Amino acid sequence: MKLSDIQSKVHSTFFKEHQRKLYQSLEDKHTTIEQLDDGDPLNSKMILNMGPQHPATHGVIRLVLQLHGETIEKVKLDIGYLHRGVEKIAENKTYQEFMPYTDRMDYLSPYSNNVALCTAVEKIADVEVPERAHYIRMIGCELARISSHLLWLGTMVMDAGAVSFFIWTFKEREKIYDIMDRLAGHRFTVSHARIGGVANDITDEAMGAIKEFTQMFPKELKDYHKLLDRNRLFFDRNEAVGVLKTKDALNIGAKGPVLRAAGYAYDVRKFAPYARYDEVEFGIPTRLEGDNLARYFVRMEEMSESIRIIRQCIDKLPKGLVRTDNAKQAYPSKDEVYYSMEGMIHDFMMTDTGICPPEGAESYHAVEAPKGELGYFIQSDGTGHPWRMKINAPSFANLQVLENILDGEMVADTVVIIGGLDPVMGEADK
Amino acid sequence: MALELNESLQKTIDGLSDQFTEKLIEVYQSTGDTFVRIEAEALVEVCTYLKNEHHFVYLTDIIGTDRYTSDERFEVIYNLICLKNQTRLFLKVRCDEESPVLTTVSTVWKSANWMEREVYDMFGVRFNDHPDLRRIFLPEDFDYFPLRKEFPLLGIQGSIELPNTTPDTE
Repeated sequence: MKLSDIQSKVHSTFFKEHQRKLYQSLEDKHTTIEQLDDGDPLNSKMILNMGPQHPATHGVIRLVLQLHGETIEKVKLDIGYLHRGVEKIAENKTYQEFMPYTDRMDYLSPYSNNVALCTAVEKIADVEVPERAHYIRMIGCELARISSHLLWLGTMVMDAGAVSFFIWTFKEREKIYDIMDRLAGHRFTVSHARIGGVANDITDEAMGAIKEFTQMFPKELKDYHKLLDRNRLFFDRNEAVGVLKTKDALNIGAKGPVLRAAGYAYDVRKFAPYARYDEVEFGIPTRLEGDNLARYFVRMEEMSESIRIIRQCIDKLPKGLVRTDNAKQAYPSKDEVYYSMEGMIHDFMMTDTGICPPEGAESYHAVEAPKGELGYFIQSDGTGHPWRMKINAPSFANLQVLENILDGEMVADTVVIIGGLDPVMGEADK
Repeated sequence: MALELNESLQKTIDGLSDQFTEKLIEVYQSTGDTFVRIEAEALVEVCTYLKNEHHFVYLTDIIGTDRYTSDERFEVIYNLICLKNQTRLFLKVRCDEESPVLTTVSTVWKSANWMEREVYDMFGVRFNDHPDLRRIFLPEDFDYFPLRKEFPLLGIQGSIELPNTTPDTE
């Protein structure tokens, strides 16, 4: 379809240059010099705009699809509808002040994002973290992974047609929210990690809830497996749909479960262990098929691995401090702040200036977030604010995969494929 | 400062300094990460060499930075992973303020496509031979590059067309 044809039908009233270039780029995709099927006598081609507001796109993402009948010939993505410029904001905030913004990046697993930021700052500023804090962080991260995968499971199965399933996974997510409430004091945007440790120790009540969850959840997981693993309808919707070939996976830059479903056992928890992941046993589930079904199996197995990690963390949980006892590096405990003058001064200094990494230092640290490798690159100019903070967001990379694997698929599978890749726009759009 | 490199990274650095003696500017470490800075014109050559000879098959990120008030103002950092040897390497190139132009590496790693678009969107660094160099987050109608240091935090009034907030009565 020619650009002039499209433009004569679409009368853009908004961001005209942007719209023109987007349609132009759709036209240019896969073009060869010779255009064989120039004529379209049956009038079977059309351009379909999907989004930015569409219930099945999991956020504000826009796809411009060129269809031939029901087959997608080519597709271009338009993202940035949730761009808030967090990297610019980060340059104007202290490291600790920036943390609530990370909650709102990948809002389905805030705990992982907090830990990603804190570990990166700890690496560049050389902050020692107490053992106990490491284990609490691991418990939080794995709970966040389960929570994120549960949302993916519910919505993906709902995209494939089973609505009631969504309610069941949300029942389990609700329990994780309750745990987070007891652990961090917030249900959703937790902001529990602190530079140098965590905000508060795990209470007995929270510990009880976590233990109960690790007891009950595997049974639920078994039920999910029972419902879906041999479900004909579910298989038909997902098998050989949205295939990312093993040979392309690294080249296109897939991350997290999407990469592992294509056959590469790349997991930052093994590649460069942070916290105490080198002291617990867990496996990295992989599949070779690279289709939506493979992603389903990978994520389901990751959830049971997470439960395994949480159980080991509870067993190993050492006693001790939850935040480093060095007032130049971390917030002092509230006891100190309320009952001693130095404590209050230090608290004020941490809030005002924050931690200052050495001038000219550069550092990159990544964690394995539920969506994939989530990395923070920090350049410091010696002040309390980062000179540059770059967030390596897995959803951004996986959306690029989407643009590459949608070509040739059926239009009805679009929502299932988006669901299978599990992008979060808050993170992709920064 | 002496570098503390593991065996495979040492081999990579040795290989680079043999093959690209003229183009290699510096190799240094910061908080345990290894950074290699090269001349911008050798970028694609070096990337192809790293990918083919040293198994850096996975490009995870491209980072743009603004070295405001320094010479060669913009710096672009490539975050490379070698899965075989489990190593990570950062490749750096710089370009000047007047015409910040680099050559695309999307011919080497396809994933560079969107990452370079992001650098272009945020800093205005252009990439030659890029298959689809458009802005990625901001609309094409926007004339500024927001992560440059001179761009104000609060934005520029009137720089972006906002939707009509009163409902259409047509």
